[in-house]
Amino acid sequence: MSVENGIGASVRRKEDQRFITGNGHYLDDMNKVGQAYGYFLRSPHAFAKIKSIDLSAAKAAPGVVDIFTGADMVADGIGGLICGWGITSKDGSPHNAPPHNSMAVDAVRHVGDQVAFVIAESLEQAKNASELIEVDYDVQTPVTNIAKALAPGAPQIHEEAPGNLCYDWELGDKAAVDAAFANAAHVSKIDLVNNRLSPNPMEPRAALGEYDMGSGDLTLYTTSQNPHVARLIMSAFLGIAPENKLRVVAPDVGGGFGSKIFVYAEETTTIWAARKINRPVKWTADRSEAFLTDAHGRDHVTHAELAMDNDGKILAFRVSTQANMGAYLSTFASAVPTYLYGTLLSGQYKIPSIYVEVQAGFTNTTPVDAYRGAGRPEATYVVERMMETAARDLGMDPTEFRLKNFIQPDAYPYETPVIMTYDSGDYPLAMNMAKDMIDYSGFAARKAQSEANGKIRGIGTAAYIEACGIAPSAAVGSLGAGVGLWESAEVRFNPTGSVTVFTGSHSHGQGHETTFAQIIADKLGVPIESVEVVHGDTSKVPFGMGTYGSRSLAVGGSAIVKAVDKIVEKSKKIAAHLMEASVEDIEHDHGVFSVAGTDKQMTMGEIAFAAYVPHNYPADLEPGMAENAFYDPLNFTFPAGTHIAEVEIDPSTGIVDIVDWAAVDDFGNVINPMIVEGQVHGGVAQGVGQALLEGVIYDEESGQLLTGSYMDYCMPRADDLPNFRVATTNTPCPSNPLGVKGCGEAGAIAAPAALMNAIVNALGKDINMPATPEKVWRAINNN
Amino acid sequence: MYSFDYERPSGINEAVSAIGEDDKFLAGGQTLLPTLKLRLAQADKLVDLGGIAELKGISVNDSEVTIGAMTRHVDVADSADVKSAIPALSFLASHIGDAQVRNRGTIGGSISNNDPAADYPAALLGLGATVHTNKRSISADDFFVDLFETALEEDELVTKVTFPIPEKAGYAKFPNPASRYALTGVFVAKTANGVRVAVTGAGTCVFRQTDMEAALSSNFAADAISGIKTESSGLSADIHASAEYRANLISVMAARAVKAAS
Ligand SMILES: Cc1cc2nc3c(=O)[nH]c(=O)nc-3n(C[C@H](O)[C@H](O)[C@H](O)COP(=O)(O)OP(=O)(O)OC[C@H]3O[C@@H](n4cnc5c(N)ncnc54)[C@H](O)[C@@H]3O)c2cc1C
Repeated sequence: MSVENGIGASVRRKEDQRFITGNGHYLDDMNKVGQAYGYFLRSPHAFAKIKSIDLSAAKAAPGVVDIFTGADMVADGIGGLICGWGITSKDGSPHNAPPHNSMAVDAVRHVGDQVAFVIAESLEQAKNASELIEVDYDVQTPVTNIAKALAPGAPQIHEEAPGNLCYDWELGDKAAVDAAFANAAHVSKIDLVNNRLSPNPMEPRAALGEYDMGSGDLTLYTTSQNPHVARLIMSAFLGIAPENKLRVVAPDVGGGFGSKIFVYAEETTTIWAARKINRPVKWTADRSEAFLTDAHGRDHVTHAELAMDNDGKILAFRVSTQANMGAYLSTFASAVPTYLYGTLLSGQYKIPSIYVEVQAGFTNTTPVDAYRGAGRPEATYVVERMMETAARDLGMDPTEFRLKNFIQPDAYPYETPVIMTYDSGDYPLAMNMAKDMIDYSGFAARKAQSEANGKIRGIGTAAYIEACGIAPSAAVGSLGAGVGLWESAEVRFNPTGSVTVFTGSHSHGQGHETTFAQIIADKLGVPIESVEVVHGDTSKVPFGMGTYGSRSLAVGGSAIVKAVDKIVEKSKKIAAHLMEASVEDIEHDHGVFSVAGTDKQMTMGEIAFAAYVPHNYPADLEPGMAENAFYDPLNFTFPAGTHIAEVEIDPSTGIVDIVDWAAVDDFGNVINPMIVEGQVHGGVAQGVGQALLEGVIYDEESGQLLTGSYMDYCMPRADDLPNFRVATTNTPCPSNPLGVKGCGEAGAIAAPAALMNAIVNALGKDINMPATPEKVWRAINNN
Repeated sequence: MYSFDYERPSGINEAVSAIGEDDKFLAGGQTLLPTLKLRLAQADKLVDLGGIAELKGISVNDSEVTIGAMTRHVDVADSADVKSAIPALSFLASHIGDAQVRNRGTIGGSISNNDPAADYPAALLGLGATVHTNKRSISADDFFVDLFETALEEDELVTKVTFPIPEKAGYAKFPNPASRYALTGVFVAKTANGVRVAVTGAGTCVFRQTDMEAALSSNFAADAISGIKTESSGLSADIHASAEYRANLISVMAARAVKAAS
C-alpha cells in the first residue's frame, strides 16, 4: 500500500504559507506588556584595557530604566560563557579557555565586544543614553591574523593563553606518515587559506527576557537552534536560574547556518537583566551588530602534502593548519578545526596513513565557531584542492586520479586512519554520473570554443565526504564533548486521530514541519494536514539537542521512528483486543491494522480513539496514545558525492562566469526530494559565495572590521549563480532506521573546492579564495 | 536615528525657505535615510521634496532631454522618450542598484550626494549636461567638485538637469560585486562639441579621460583607445580593488562603452 505525501514525495512545505504571507512568528514581532528595550554599548577598539566606566550622565538621560556592566553581572554571581568541547593538546594539556564574561570586565578584545547594557523605555532613548557613557580605554596594539598571533612577540590577548595559543592538537600516525613520505616517488604540496566568513542569516539574533516575580520563572525567547542546550548552559554554567525555573523558547527562526547554536553574551545578559529590573526586556541585533558579533566561520591557514607511488596511488597525507578562534572561545569552537575537520581528511580515498596537526589561537577578532559544514568544508577544501594539484603534478586527469584512489563500494565498513568508520557509499558511481551530466569528455571542445571567443574555460571537481547525524554520545564524549548528541521525540495522538509530534530538533528554515509530518503520514497513515510538529520550546518538548550538523532527520527523525514503533506496538495490542485476535496475528501496514488471513481491520484513528475512550480495552494496558523516545545514533552518517563546476573567465576583467554545475549527492534515502534539492541549491550558493565573493576583512593595524555591511561584504545573489544539474544516488545508511544521511551542508562543503579547482584549472596556477575579479585578473596578467 | 522635524512643502520656494542650517532635503532617501539610521548623519529637520510636482518629470525636444530632480531612476530607465533620444542614459539608470533603489532613488539626490561610485555623474559629465538649481545653472564640468562635494550651496536646490542629445553615446559599468555601485563606469559621448569620456568609481570624483577623448575625436572606435592606459597614481584603492585594477577597468569599460554607443 502506498501513502499520499509519504516518504519520497516532493510535498510542498507546509510552513511556507505562513512564512511567505508574512505570518511567521519571529522574535522581533513579539512584544510583552511593560517591555523595555535593551541596547549594547560596544567597544570601538579591537583591544583595550578598560580603566573606568562612568555611567552617571547616561543613567540620568531621559527614559533610562537602568544600565549594567560586566562588573554588575560578576557581582551577581553570574558565570562566564563556556566552550562545551575540551580539546587536549599534543603534550596532554587541556586547551586554554580564558574567561569570557557576557560583558567586558577589565578589557575589550574585539571591535563590538559588549561594554554596557542600556535599558530604556524606547530603543532610541537607550541609544541616546549609550552615547553619554564615558569609558576610559587604554588602547593596546591588536592582532587579527592567526599566523601573526601565534608568532613570537605578538600582542598577548589573554593572560591565561600564553602566546595566544588555545591548543596544539594532532591526530594520526606521524611516524608512519614520515616513513611513507621518505619512500614516496612523488610528493605534491599546497598552501591554502580558508577565508573567514560571516554567517548572515536573514533574521538577526534577538532576545526577549521575561520574569514572573510570583513564580520566580524566567522565560527567554531567543533565536536559537537548540533551546534546551542554551537553557542547560545558562543554568549550569552561568547560574542564571535552575533549569526548572528557566524556559527557553525559539519561535520561528529565520536561518542560522550554525551561528544560532551558540550561547551568546547578548541573550544571557537580556534574561539576567529582565529579572534585575523585573520587566520584560527586548534586544534585537541590527545588521551591523550581526556582522560584529555573530560567530564567524572558517579562517584557516593550511599547508598540506601528499605522497604517491609511481602509479599515482596515494601513500600518505600530511596536513598542518592554523585556526583562528577569534577573541574568545565560542560554545563549540574548539571542536570545529579538530574532530569535525581532522577526522574527515581521508576524504573518499584509501590513504594508508594520515597525520594532521592543528594550532588554534586567539586574535582580536569576532569569535569563530561552526558555520554551515563546520570543519568539513575546510577538510574537503584541503583534500580536494590537494587531489587536483597532485593530479596536475602527475599529468593525470583529476577525475581519473580520484577514481584510481577511491574507497571501493565493496570496502564497507571502512576504517580511515583518522578514526572514522565509513558505513556505506558508492563514490565511483556519483563521480561517473556527475561527469556524464556535465559532459566531461566534451570539455576540451568547449574550451577551444571559449578560447576562440577570447575567454578562458576551466573545469573542476570536488569529491566530498562529510560526517553528519552527529553523533554517538559515547564517541563524542570520549573525544571531549561536554554533551551527549542523541535526540528526543514524542508522538502524541489526539482522541480524534490527529497527531502532534514533539521534536527536540529545531527548524530554522529546513522544513521539519513537512518532512517529519511525511514520516508520520507514511508510517501511520495520518494525512500530513493532521500532523502538527512542535519544536523550540523547553516547556513543551522533551529535552533535545537541537539542529546542526545535518542531524535533524538522521537523529531527530530516528527518534520519531522509535516513538512510532512504540505506538504501533501498543496499537497492535488494542487492535488484537478489539478484533478478538492474538497480538501475534495483527499485521500493520501504514496505519491499518488487520488480522492475518481475515478481512478484519481497524485504522490507526479508530485505535487512538479507543485508547482515549477505553470502554472496551485490554485490562493490563494504560489508556492514551502518546509515546516518547530518545535516540542515540550508532555512528555518524557519511553523505558524499561529486560536484563538478565549469567556468569561463574574461581575461580583461578577471570575472568568473559559472557556466555549468553538476551535483551528485548520496544522501541515503530521501524523504522529500524537493526539500533536499533546495538544500543543495542553498548550500552551493553559500559555497559559491565563499569561493568568489565573501570574506571578512579586518584592518590589520587597527583591528577594525572593514566588511561590516552589505556595501562591503558580498553575499551571493541569484544572478551570481548558474542553473544547477542536481541528482542523488541513494545508498541507504545502515546505522539508522530511516536509512538517511543528511543533506543540509553538502552544497557548502563541495562547492568551494569544485569551483576553485575549476578556476585553478582555467588559470593553470593557484589562487586563494575569494577569487575576486582582481585576483583572477592579476593571476592571468602575472602581476 | 536621532529624532528630527519633518516638513513636506508643495513648492520650490517653500522648500528653500524651510531649509535651515542643520536641515536636509529629503529626496528618495536611499542614501540619506541609511546614514541617519546608522547615526552617521543628523538633521534637525528633513524637508521632503516628494510633494513638489514641478520637480518631477521628463521632457524631450530636438536638442535636449530634461529630467526633473525628483524623477526616479526607474522612470528614466523606462522612459520611451529617453530610450530613443539618449539610449545610454536610460541604460545607465536601469543599472543603478536594485529594483527597490530604482523605485525610490532620484537623479537630484544622486548628483547632489556625488558619491564617487555613483553612475549619474558619469552621464552628466560625459554628455556635458547642465544642472539647474533654484538660483542658477551650473555646467557638469563645474558641478562635481570632489568626494561627496558639489558646487551646491547649503540652501541650494537642484530642480532639473538638461542633457544635450549627442550623436551617439554609450555607458559601460563594472559593478562592485557587493554594493553594485560602479567600481568603475565609463560614459562616452560623441557630441556636437566633440567627444567626451567621463569616468566614475575609479577616483574620488567623476573625471574626464582626455587622452581617450583626443583619440576618439579622430576615430570613434574601440581600437582607437586600445593602447591608452590611465595613470593609476591618482585613482582610488580599497578592499574591493587596487588603483592598478581600476586603471585597467577604465580601458576595458571605455572600449565597451564605445562599442555599445548608439
Ligand atoms: C543598496 C543601494 C544600492 C545603490 N546602488 C547604486 C548604484 O549602483 N549606482 C548609483 O549611482 N547609486 C546607487 N545607489 C544610490 C541611489 O541610487 C540614490 O541615487 C542615492 O541614494 C541618492 O538619491 P536619493 O533620491 O535617494 O537621495 P537622498 O538619499 O534623499 O538624498 C541624498 C542627498 O542629496 C540631498 N538632496 C536630495 N535631493 C536634492 C536636491 N534636489 N537638491 C539638493 N540636494 C538634494 C539630500 O539632502 C541628501 O544630502 C544605491 C543606493 C542603495 C541604498
